Amino acid sequence: MEITLKNLTKIFQEKDKGEITAVNNLNITIPSGKLVGLLGPSGCGKSTTLYLIAGLLNPNKGRIFFGDEDVTDMPPEERGIGLVFQNYALYPHMTVRQNIMFPLENIKVEKQEALKRSQEMADLVGIGELMDRKPKQLSGGQQQRVAIARALVKKPRVLLLDEPLSNLDARLRLATREEIKRIQRETGITTLFVTHDQEEAMSISDQIVLLNFGIKQQEGEPQDVYDQPDNLFSAKFLGTPPINIFEGEIKNKKLIFNDMELTTKDSPDKNVLIGIRPEGFIIDKKSAFSLSVYMVETIGRDTTLIIKNPLDEEETFRAIVDASHRIKPGDTIKFKIKPEKLFVFDPETGELL
Amino acid sequence: MLEKKSNIKAWFYLLPAMALLSVFTFYPLFNAFYLAILRDFSFLNRTASGFTLFGNFIEVIKDRNFAIAMKNTSIIVFVSVPISVLVALFISVGLNSIKKLQGIFQTIFFLPYVTNAIAIGMAFAFIFHSDYGLFNTFLGWFGIDPVNWIGMGASWSTAMFALLIFTVWGGLAFKIMVFLSGLQSIDKQYYDAARVDATPRSRVFRRITVPLLSPMIAYITITSFIGAFKAYRTIIGMFGPTLRPPGTLSKDSLITIVGLVYQSLRNADTIGEISRAASASIILFAITLIFTLIQMWVSKKRVHY
Ligand SMILES: Nc1ncnc2c1ncn2[C@@H]1O[C@H](COP(=O)(O)OP(=O)(O)O)[C@@H](O)[C@H]1O
Ligand SMILES: [Mg+2]
Repeated sequence: MEITLKNLTKIFQEKDKGEITAVNNLNITIPSGKLVGLLGPSGCGKSTTLYLIAGLLNPNKGRIFFGDEDVTDMPPEERGIGLVFQNYALYPHMTVRQNIMFPLENIKVEKQEALKRSQEMADLVGIGELMDRKPKQLSGGQQQRVAIARALVKKPRVLLLDEPLSNLDARLRLATREEIKRIQRETGITTLFVTHDQEEAMSISDQIVLLNFGIKQQEGEPQDVYDQPDNLFSAKFLGTPPINIFEGEIKNKKLIFNDMELTTKDSPDKNVLIGIRPEGFIIDKKSAFSLSVYMVETIGRDTTLIIKNPLDEEETFRAIVDASHRIKPGDTIKFKIKPEKLFVFDPETGELL
Repeated sequence: MLEKKSNIKAWFYLLPAMALLSVFTFYPLFNAFYLAILRDFSFLNRTASGFTLFGNFIEVIKDRNFAIAMKNTSIIVFVSVPISVLVALFISVGLNSIKKLQGIFQTIFFLPYVTNAIAIGMAFAFIFHSDYGLFNTFLGWFGIDPVNWIGMGASWSTAMFALLIFTVWGGLAFKIMVFLSGLQSIDKQYYDAARVDATPRSRVFRRITVPLLSPMIAYITITSFIGAFKAYRTIIGMFGPTLRPPGTLSKDSLITIVGLVYQSLRNADTIGEISRAASASIILFAITLIFTLIQMWVSKKRVHY
């Protein structure tokens, strides 16, 4: 079922801090059966958006649609939502089985049927053997699966996940995010996945929505957003290592950095911010753009060059080049920049030029 | 070596507390046991004719007042405590959901806690006054004729009813305070999760609130039972030193076991009375102890931590 947010706004009144606009005029469409990643830094309004969709919070403005149905004024229990909280909110005094069965008992599903469905759901998420344990006796990853099973067992129309992997260690996080993707595929449920981890969002989502200060920055398929950032925030938020940003200018239709010409740019003269993805550097002896290498990190597959910004010694940036080049610290290297990896932004608005 | 040293240190730190406990708790306790086994002990002459293991206990138990005191104490314990725990629980849950007036209500319910029980007892005696008491006025609204609750010649059952209401009310404050702080420490997300899963209110209360509050409930129940076993001030506050409505017979007395102890102490000049007071207090101690152990054993199985 498709979810549509129309001009959604949520303002919190805080006694000492005044008004906080946690979600600002948000328009999002979550296509039916897809997994959409809601991505942004901590405090940007991701959880608030999720709670608005769940009905635990009421918007100050805007409407929420499930399919064609306007659910804005519908209480949470009628919306048919499965919600996985950031710290899972498993009932500590109940066993795994009791936790998963709880939503079914609420809607008076017959006991045998409830037991059967709980077991099926537990098997689906891979915790079928742990049904008699208490949450405290489970690892973080197992608790997380119980939370997903509890959210899915009543066959909700929508699954909402609030940073479900943030409490897991790095290895478990990788495994579990694949698991979530698998469960989502198998059930075909429309899913909104909240995270502040761009790698996580990129790898798991069919589409991502980038959020900052409660305002939507960009949405689209992960690769498209990475390849074509609309603004400086999008460009900086996606990618590890992150995009390199430095000050430059446009002069006589040329993009200039530290008196070196990077490329031509058909824009009026002005100061700009230049963004180059680390993988956008190509070693090219004929180029006029040269930099001195400060440090070299070798990992085998490729080599990362750490380069001091000639304009600001405090700043370094990273270039990832082919491992076949044997480069030593102190070498001066000439680079060509891949045009599709280079972005020019307006320093005031952050918009792509 | 290291461990031993810190052990000595620990004992050293405990010393002041141990000294105080020895003087004010252990010595009196021991002394009570000692007094209880003296035969024909005279408080005036400090003499006794020897020892008797059960003699004083048997005399206490055979006393007609003991049965009355046991009956009254049991009723106060087994009626007032469950009711006041339940009422406190409901009030706390209610208060916890009204954020706005919480402060005011908290103060209202806290007042009896900082007020002297005897003073409140006198106030309650007035509330239950048959002619101008609030309680009869209240009943009057429903067309019920005034009842002589605790006045001249009032019956044991009406007096006990008034006493129970007073006891329940007097115990609410502390319970509500403990429950409220317990409720406020329950993660709000459990309730959000329950809402999303369409959990009916009564089920939220039974399946989430009560289990998560169970350590507090167990603590409050155990301490309240102990307190109720020792009931005395409430009765003297409401009925005065006679411990019964004026113009009634001693069989209608509202005396409790602690009341019995005090009565014996008041007649300390009579030979053997002090030993009987000590025996009665040891009986109460034993009953309370056994009861508390049973409760702790039960709660260990039922309480979720
Ligand atoms: N109940 C609330 N009352 C007041 N302010 C809140 C409340 N919930 C969230 N906020 C504020 O709204 C903003 C967005 O919060 P949140 O949605 O939790 O961010 P995120 O989940 O992206 O980290 C933050 O500035 C936060 O302080
Ligand atoms: Mg959050």
